[in-house]
Amino acid sequence: MKKLLTVFLIVLCVLTTNVFGKSGTTQSQETAIAVPASPKVDTGDTAWVLISSALVMLMTPGLAFFYGGLVRRKNYLSILMQCFIALAVLSLQWVLFGYSLAFGPGKGFWGGLQWFGLNGVGFDPYPAYAATIPHNAFMIFQGMFAVITPALIIGAFAERMKFSAFLIFTLLWATFVYDPIAHWVWGDGGWLKNLGVLDFAGGTVVHINAGIAALVTAIVVGKRKCYEKHPTAPHNLPFSVLGAALLWFGWFGFNAGSALGANGLAANAFIVTNTAASAAALCWALLDWLFNGKPTILGTISGAVAGLVAITPAAGFVGVGSAIVIGLLVSVFCFVAVGFVKHKFGYDDSLDAFGVHGIGGIFGALATGLFASKAINAAGADGLFFGNARQFTIQLIAVAVTVVYAFIVTLIIYKLVDMVIGVRVVEEEEAIGLDLTQHNERAYTMLE
Amino acid sequence: MKLIIAIIQPHRLECVKEELYKAEVNLITVNEVLGHGRQKGVTEVYRGFKETGNLLRKVRLEIAVNDNFVEPTIKAIIKGAQTGEMGDGKIFIVPLEECVRIRTSEKGSMAIG
Repeated sequence: MKKLLTVFLIVLCVLTTNVFGKSGTTQSQETAIAVPASPKVDTGDTAWVLISSALVMLMTPGLAFFYGGLVRRKNYLSILMQCFIALAVLSLQWVLFGYSLAFGPGKGFWGGLQWFGLNGVGFDPYPAYAATIPHNAFMIFQGMFAVITPALIIGAFAERMKFSAFLIFTLLWATFVYDPIAHWVWGDGGWLKNLGVLDFAGGTVVHINAGIAALVTAIVVGKRKCYEKHPTAPHNLPFSVLGAALLWFGWFGFNAGSALGANGLAANAFIVTNTAASAAALCWALLDWLFNGKPTILGTISGAVAGLVAITPAAGFVGVGSAIVIGLLVSVFCFVAVGFVKHKFGYDDSLDAFGVHGIGGIFGALATGLFASKAINAAGADGLFFGNARQFTIQLIAVAVTVVYAFIVTLIIYKLVDMVIGVRVVEEEEAIGLDLTQHNERAYTMLE
Repeated sequence: MKLIIAIIQPHRLECVKEELYKAEVNLITVNEVLGHGRQKGVTEVYRGFKETGNLLRKVRLEIAVNDNFVEPTIKAIIKGAQTGEMGDGKIFIVPLEECVRIRTSEKGSMAIG
């Protein structure tokens, strides 16, 4: 294993010197040629997209705290580590080949490798994506989405996955599931984009995708040993609240940043994001009160996240009234999914990655087909409620395709990793906890 | 009257509790302790600084019982805590001189159950 790691590091070094050495020279040549035709970069738009990228980056550590607080304390560090290392590994994957696969122009399955190592991704705008910001700013903004999406799946197999298996699974999943679907929905020449699907900030690409992967992995990795009779209590809910707050904060970059400009559309996305999260948080708290006796903080933050998930595809296409309805309804669906459906079917989606992101994402994508309005965004389309039934059908197709593709390919990747190195830790390691057995550390000491 | 002290694996606590309820032993005190017997401790590394043989988390149960409950209690603990692996823990049984229920000032075996 150590030899393998050394070889990997050396290869990485050689590769990067070659790739980025080259891209530097092409960069200067290209800028020289492309100057006359290039659209003008807007400083305000660029500033907003860069700030938004930083906001979205903060969501991954936010997610780490959100998930981390929910596990038992012997596994706390393993969650933080998985999220943090996802940030590192997937950032590298993105600049090396991920961005090219997802956003390289082309009609195929992937975008192709013409932007390998950011070759040709320069300071000039790429108008097919964003006409007023540098292409590289668009690239890094999208990079933060590519980081958090695979990290969302962590909630499904929490407390029982080998760290080595996690690394390989995540890298393969980003490459073979996230990158193609991002290309279909957002990429220049992507077939779902050409079909006219509306996904403002990642309902299908991010949330359905990760949610379905979560369902698959939760089922195939199997239940935690403790799960049969006793659902485990969160070890530190205040951390989860902190994490949810950071997610909400970062989501302004996620959704309002997806306007790719500092303008009214961004402000609209900002407002509906905040509104839907609020409606959903309140709704879940009330549902808890009604059905479980008391309003709970875990329910309230789960609702907030569900609302943020649901408004994500719709943020650039709906007004504030629709946002309230979307927020209220998503909590009902997710509340049923995590409170009843999960127990009925008996899969151990430990932190409800499917129940919140999968269900919330599917609902959000379909709701976009209902509530979208050209009065909000002329570049979008009208939904069913505004007289365009076809949009709902298109959303339905996109949802179905994403669900089926994510389901099948996630399963293949999982089985492959399981065959080669084994995904699950042995029973004894699970009992001691992943912090000590996977990382040789513990989150809390008992004696000084 | 005896005081039964058991050191068990933390993840077996729920099973042990369940077995104890089945044996109608309802009064227990639980706390978390650190220790290790013949089972190896764990290694921790912080910025390259290695600490080996560290203590493992265990759970300690204290159960005060009348004499006729000693055997059922021991059986229940074993049934709930046994995995067959090293580190399953130990049960200590010590004589108990007196027991007082604070609410009523009752003493002896009346007070214990």
